[in-house]
Amino acid sequence: MEKVERINSEEMVGRIDGRLAKNKVVKGLFFAATAFTSIILIVLLVRIISQGAPYLSWDFLQNFASRRPEQAGIKAAVIGTIWMMAVVIPSAAIFGVGTAIYLEEYAKKNAVTRWIQMNISNLAGVPSVVFGLLGLTIFVRLFGFGNSILAAGFTMALLVLPVIIVAAQEAIRAVPGEIKEASYGLGATKWQTISRVVLPYALPGILTGSILAFSRAVGETAPLVVIGIPTFVAFLPSGIFDSFTALPMQIYNWTSRPQIEFHNLAAAGIIVLLVVLILMNSVAVWIRNRFQSR
Amino acid sequence: MKNTQKELSPVQQLLEKKYNGGFLNRSEKVIPVVLFLMAAVSVLTTIGIVLTLIFETFIFFGDVSIVEFLTKTEWYPFSETEAVYGIWPLVLGTLKITLIASLFAVPIGLAVALYLSEYASSRTRKIMKPILEVLAGVPTIVYGFFALTFVTPLLRDLFPTVEMFNAISPGIVVGIMIIPTIVSLSEDAMSSVPEPVRNGALAIGATKWETASKVIFPAALSGILASIVLGVSRAIGETMIVSIAAGSTPSAALDLTSSLQTMTSYIVQVTTGDAGFGTTIYYSIYAVGFTLFIFTLSMNVLAQFISKRFREEY
Repeated sequence: MEKVERINSEEMVGRIDGRLAKNKVVKGLFFAATAFTSIILIVLLVRIISQGAPYLSWDFLQNFASRRPEQAGIKAAVIGTIWMMAVVIPSAAIFGVGTAIYLEEYAKKNAVTRWIQMNISNLAGVPSVVFGLLGLTIFVRLFGFGNSILAAGFTMALLVLPVIIVAAQEAIRAVPGEIKEASYGLGATKWQTISRVVLPYALPGILTGSILAFSRAVGETAPLVVIGIPTFVAFLPSGIFDSFTALPMQIYNWTSRPQIEFHNLAAAGIIVLLVVLILMNSVAVWIRNRFQSR
Repeated sequence: MKNTQKELSPVQQLLEKKYNGGFLNRSEKVIPVVLFLMAAVSVLTTIGIVLTLIFETFIFFGDVSIVEFLTKTEWYPFSETEAVYGIWPLVLGTLKITLIASLFAVPIGLAVALYLSEYASSRTRKIMKPILEVLAGVPTIVYGFFALTFVTPLLRDLFPTVEMFNAISPGIVVGIMIIPTIVSLSEDAMSSVPEPVRNGALAIGATKWETASKVIFPAALSGILASIVLGVSRAIGETMIVSIAAGSTPSAALDLTSSLQTMTSYIVQVTTGDAGFGTTIYYSIYAVGFTLFIFTLSMNVLAQFISKRFREEY
């Protein structure tokens, strides 16, 4: 037990100033840390925009990679990223939402379900480079997809799957029970209730979470490096079995060259990448605000 | 036929339809199975990761003894005559980066979380939330670029002994990357301490700082610790920042100012190079990946354990 210290009111009043001063100092420190965090973001953005903006041009978006910095562009990378996302979005959305529906609406509360749930949260903590090793072994080698759009897309889909599952589960759980009961009361079957009542109600939440997950897949680099996606690509893919390059790969390649000109190109590429991500996030925020009031 | 059906009430017709094994009935039975198979994919992914790592690591240990892997303190895989595979330099590299990142991110992250949860006006909170979300959404390749082209030159201006590739710059930037993780999870934990508890402390005359440090912080401790462990786990697995800014020299020295290699950046170095399929070097990335996986998995399990075991219930 701590010894109780007895003080008279005069002493107590005397201490108040010190205690309040301490509170003020600490508050100032905490505020400084908060301001510092925002300043980091501002410095990062200003730095990249000032370095890359002069290199942004119509030619930069239209040209293929080149050994000469003044002719280099990101056409193949942008188109490649779009192709990859065309694989990632449907596969991750279908399997992610399907899993969430199973866990929220069908699964019994037993050990198997708990195990699946635990497995999903652990999967979310696996480093992306390890997903790259999985993609390399299973999709590139075992299934023989090579370093194609399909191999990269499936690897990325598995990487974002846990995020989508958790977001969709939360959205489905937030559907009020009365609405479901009303649907059952009208004689609807379980699947009719899920597909025509639960899913439409949960859709904004599912979309918001999924778009954020997909924007992670757009910027993720490590798995692409591990499965051997090339960086010097001077052609456009014509199908999902073709080889390709993606935006973050192109940025990585330019960053790892010693010449400053290529660093400037990397900054320009980062601006393009960030614009794509900001657009995706704005859509997510818009959906969230649009339907939140309901 | 028509006549008999007319005699049934609508409800009976519905029941008839339901039990006659029509399309509706069949799809009601098939759909849960299909959904279960979809849920199985994420389980299969885990099994796939574990089996892949185990099998390929096993092949690696056919070429290199596990004793050498665990006890030698040199990592020279690219030597043609005398390749040595001792994992320690790569583990040490990862630990250096993680240590610097935590020293940078934990104090700042907790300060921001305490400020947002206990001091900030709702307006400040409204401004900071999106800023932290953007910081969390910046791809690691962008952070890597920032480390190499901004933080490293800045460090070299301040301390000329720092080399082009070092542990400090990527360490700090990995720290920046994990700040949002620490802030959002520990702020959640602090805000979920019930308002009456907070008001009780303030009502008996405690200052905000006394309330925060003696009431809120202990009550939210499990969430705060879990957020730190998760942040550390992300720092261990971070790949692009260290590949770009930390160099590629496996080093067993404790020095922080010179080039090093982490487990993740070794995997990147091998897969961007042209080590052929089936060589010992090729299989070594799985052994390194397996070691990395064990590190991050134990951190994640630890975080779950902390938040379950030490949770204060109200």
